[in-house]
Amino acid sequence: MLTLENLTLRQGDFGMTADWSLPAGARLALIGPSGAGKSTLLAAISGFLAPASGRVLWRGEDLAPLPPGKRPVAMLFQDGNLFPHLSVARNVGLGLRPDLRLTDEDRGAVTNALSRVGLTGLEDRRPAQLSGGQQSRAALARVLVMQRPLLLLDEPFSALGPALRREMLDLVGEVAEEAGATLIMVTHDPEDARRMAGLTAVVAEGRAEAPVATGALFADPPESLRSYLG
Amino acid sequence: MARGSLALRIGGAAALAVAVLVLAPLVAVLWRAGGAGWPTPADWSALRFTVLQAALSALFSALLAIPVARALARRRFPGRDALILLMGAPFILPVIAAIAGLLAIFGRNGLVNRALEAVGSGPIDIFGLHGVLLAHVFFNLPLAVRLLLDGWRAIPGERLRLAAQLDLPPATVFRLIEWPMLRARIPGILAVVFAICLSSFAVVLILGGGPAATTIELAIYQAFTFDFDLGKAATLAALQLVIVTFAAAAALSLSRSEGPGAGLDRMVVFAPVSPLLRLQDAAVLIATTVFVALPILMLLTQGAGSLTDMPPVIWTAALISVGVALASAALSVLLGLALALPRRNGIESIGMMTHAASALVLGTGLFLLLRPFTYPGNHVLAITAVVNAASALPFVLRSLSPDLRAAEADWGRLADSLNLTGWSRLRCLILPRLRRPLGFAAGLAAALSMGDLGVIALFPPPDAATLPLQIYRLMGAYRMETAAAASLLLVALSFGIFALFDRIGRHADA
Repeated sequence: MLTLENLTLRQGDFGMTADWSLPAGARLALIGPSGAGKSTLLAAISGFLAPASGRVLWRGEDLAPLPPGKRPVAMLFQDGNLFPHLSVARNVGLGLRPDLRLTDEDRGAVTNALSRVGLTGLEDRRPAQLSGGQQSRAALARVLVMQRPLLLLDEPFSALGPALRREMLDLVGEVAEEAGATLIMVTHDPEDARRMAGLTAVVAEGRAEAPVATGALFADPPESLRSYLG
Repeated sequence: MARGSLALRIGGAAALAVAVLVLAPLVAVLWRAGGAGWPTPADWSALRFTVLQAALSALFSALLAIPVARALARRRFPGRDALILLMGAPFILPVIAAIAGLLAIFGRNGLVNRALEAVGSGPIDIFGLHGVLLAHVFFNLPLAVRLLLDGWRAIPGERLRLAAQLDLPPATVFRLIEWPMLRARIPGILAVVFAICLSSFAVVLILGGGPAATTIELAIYQAFTFDFDLGKAATLAALQLVIVTFAAAAALSLSRSEGPGAGLDRMVVFAPVSPLLRLQDAAVLIATTVFVALPILMLLTQGAGSLTDMPPVIWTAALISVGVALASAALSVLLGLALALPRRNGIESIGMMTHAASALVLGTGLFLLLRPFTYPGNHVLAITAVVNAASALPFVLRSLSPDLRAAEADWGRLADSLNLTGWSRLRCLILPRLRRPLGFAAGLAAALSMGDLGVIALFPPPDAATLPLQIYRLMGAYRMETAAAASLLLVALSFGIFALFDRIGRHADA
């Protein structure tokens, strides 16, 4: 269970609050207008932003002392998920061993992950030699080998076409399912939320509301969501 | 974070070592002099001339570099790589050899005056402020071009592609994409050239001089060699330390930037097709090539004849010089990396400080410090290597620091989320992103050490000698042909060692 306990976040003039829990294995969509703090919330959970007050707890344990790389979190950013100077295989291998001293077993895991996301045979390519969809797949392969229980998506597929984006989201869903991971994704599209997430939290007006069932939310949207949906 | 504190500890230790290396010799000189007196009117006049010539040199070098670097950045043509390599030439050309080349063109019996004579015009005189400026622009314009070219290279290709896609006119591309890069880089470049020219010694010794054109460095040399007045030298050295430290601090605070943003290393050629711009770029590049290459070519025609019958002692000296240069480059790059890694301006400015202490003062101070324990002449090669490494440190830092900060700004968050720390971060993120500036820095440090004639001229070792010192001795004995040939060998070795390292670095992202 992920708990945001009386959480207040500040970045310059911007401030937001959150106070709720998310059961392990759940899938949560964060939806709301630009600049409302969706990415800020992910930054706090992944450890790139220290809370102004309150705590982020995972299975009852405060995450505050852990730097980003030591948290039980795998994250996909909006862009820049791959090092351009490393091959696809090495980019994925970093998820297993940050020092890249890969054993034969590790290399096998990398190969398996790449075939799982449909990139067999592209191990030695550089990111610039891949299409946008293939870059997303490579980053997803790294998430796969990291085997972290919390998976955060900060709109990593927003540059892809609708069909490709749905395909990638389905793949993420399968990956999260197999690993039993808890998934939190930022999205602008109600369709993505309906497709992917059982729960949705509205982030607006300096507050991240508590997650509610996605179907019920869109059937009877609260005022803050209605103005966003237009 | 653990990573931060480890880098900070190593960087702090390196900064301490550098500070001791710079300050201890100065203290030794001051102590030996029994406390230094207040600067005389002549000293103040030297200070004024020093600042004036350095400011003008920096301004001309940086402004002229903008069209040259822009033309180089946006054009692809056969020989472009060779031209970029040539832009590194004057900076690593051993100063004595370079001045000989410039005198062969602009000197009393040089090409220009002979041409003027042919058309019945009066001779021009290279000596004085304008001569000093000419030489400083010759040395520093190409350096500024290369530093700016790195700036253009660091602009993400995606951004230029977007501009091309939107069909933005050149003026808009300049304002939106290139001007922000220039605004971030030009102050730093101005400050570097300013600092180099503040401490320029050989150029002013030969082309300046007299009460109207004496710099602090030249005054220090005169205090040492003519008067052996250590007190006066120490006063001047303190003055020098103050103005250059001020310049370095100003440079660091001016050149702070957000970094250019992440790109995926796509190669994008953005050449406006307008024939007028094409003509302008061609003219700029040809003029620069002639200005930079001609003095070196003059040297070639003068020295080539005697290359084969040089005495063996020259070849021994060449070997010694290579050894000193490699040791100096290794030390300088390691120190530079240690100082740059914590990404703290305070630590970096200590590295920049080494430029403030003139090599002459550093050498004398080390001489005084070592004399109670051993005869320093026996260790002058080691002293030379250390002093050379210290002098190269600002250039090493200037080369490494922006790309290191860019690598951290672009990829630090991803590296953090993958728990890339310590050695792994260095190996998987920092070193691969820094190969180009590392190669450039190592080549620069080695070549600068190779051509240095500073400390070793003040305290010549009894048995061994470096190549520049041997050339100096040959000149003193009026064996001009052999001296020219040895100069040519020195030039070849300096260029060779620079090209080797720079190529290793640039090859990395092929």
